[in-house]
Amino acid sequence: MKYIAAIGKYFIMVWEVFKKPTKWSMMRSLIFKEIDELIYGSMGIIIFISFFIGGVVTIQTALNLTNPFIPKSLIGFATRQSVILEFAPTFTSIIMVGKVGSYITSSIGTMRVTEQIDALEVMGVNSLNYLVFPKIIAMLFYPFAVAIAMYIGVLGGWIAAVFGNYAPSGDFIQGLQIDFIPFHVTYAFIKTLVFAFIIATMPSYFGYYMKGGALEVGKAATTSFVWTSVVIIILNYVLTQLLLG
Amino acid sequence: MIEVENIHKSFGETHILKGISTSFEQGKTNLVIGQSGSGKTVFLKCLLGLFEPEEGNICYSGKVYADLTRDERRDLRQDMGMVFQGSALFDSMTVEENVRFPLEMFTKKDKQEMQERVDTVLQRVNLVDAHKKYPSEISGGMKKRVAIARAIVMNPTYLFCDEPNSGLDPKTAILIDNLIQEITREFNITTVINTHDMNSVMEIGEKIIFLKDGFKEWEGTNKEIFKTDNEAVTNFVYSSELFKKVRQMYIEERN
Repeated sequence: MKYIAAIGKYFIMVWEVFKKPTKWSMMRSLIFKEIDELIYGSMGIIIFISFFIGGVVTIQTALNLTNPFIPKSLIGFATRQSVILEFAPTFTSIIMVGKVGSYITSSIGTMRVTEQIDALEVMGVNSLNYLVFPKIIAMLFYPFAVAIAMYIGVLGGWIAAVFGNYAPSGDFIQGLQIDFIPFHVTYAFIKTLVFAFIIATMPSYFGYYMKGGALEVGKAATTSFVWTSVVIIILNYVLTQLLLG
Repeated sequence: MIEVENIHKSFGETHILKGISTSFEQGKTNLVIGQSGSGKTVFLKCLLGLFEPEEGNICYSGKVYADLTRDERRDLRQDMGMVFQGSALFDSMTVEENVRFPLEMFTKKDKQEMQERVDTVLQRVNLVDAHKKYPSEISGGMKKRVAIARAIVMNPTYLFCDEPNSGLDPKTAILIDNLIQEITREFNITTVINTHDMNSVMEIGEKIIFLKDGFKEWEGTNKEIFKTDNEAVTNFVYSSELFKKVRQMYIEERN
């Protein structure tokens, strides 16, 4: 019952976010600030992780292809498929839940415990719109970050393959081009957009409705990470079944 | 003027406010006092419209809050200023950005007009060198002043303060009390202050209501509170050793 009430409260919160908008001149600067904080500020970790994940996928695929009749181009093919379909959109999103989600929950939670949200409400500001809407808009740019993650992941795979002597460059690149289905990229971006909305709103929910003091802000950030990750994993399954199944 | 008629507020099974009726006059510093847990903060949040009472009415200059539309309530909120116990300044903004925030949000003033208004109110609260500082870089007393400046920047009709001098040294606390009283008179504001500081009661309590267990136990002025026979009030007022000694001296002098 508690969980059903929480789900209902989450959807009411999302509805409230879009009501009574904040003055555009203020909202514009908030959106730019959030893009800088949530997207641009995460690029370093996204690039770092994507590069090494791409490399690891390549090495593991190569080490498992021991049969000499299997062409080396399959290493490039497997890397491309793994990175585009799963690692770039889903793995990066879990990392983003940890980085961005925790930041959102703790910053909104701190505003709650220090009465800054009450201050906004007293002034007649729709605090949900003011705090959450810019984050949703900023996260619309998340697919660009995932596109970069795809590119860097494949690049990491190519470097691992060529410099680790697992496959010649030509074979790897040929594998990248075999049986390419453009819809797979579309599927990855659809998933990314859904995850972006979840990453912007679920941690906001845990921060906005938290009660207590500094200790509870930490607990809320942890709870937010766990539940947002769970929802992303479930939605990943559902969307894959719907779009590819 | 704010008139409160028989308001009740509960959270689940817990009945917090039990039929409080009173009125707060314009241009006066009205104090709500009582021990912790007496319902002061819930009462103030009802006055602010953050909590809606289950029963009773709150009238702002004759307008019943419960009868107002959503837009009218929003307009009324813009007529209210609030000084929170912990100041509630926005951490990510400088002092002047905090004060300018309501102007940017709700007015169509140009940048120069806004800056003039910000400078005026910061000067009024005796803060002239802190414009570019962040809340984390200023003292508790300065934070309270910024909070007061932010609360009055829109020329509010109603000013609410939740324990405005808690956590401050006695000297700064008196300065903040006096500042609130001066502003109340200067701008003819209806000010309601939640406090349990007896110095504030003595200094600025033009009208005082005493809450106990969610009931209004007593109502009067700062002159009357030291003469009342109400046991709950005297227990509260003379709970400190200093006030006990002052009372003893007063009785000895009278005899």
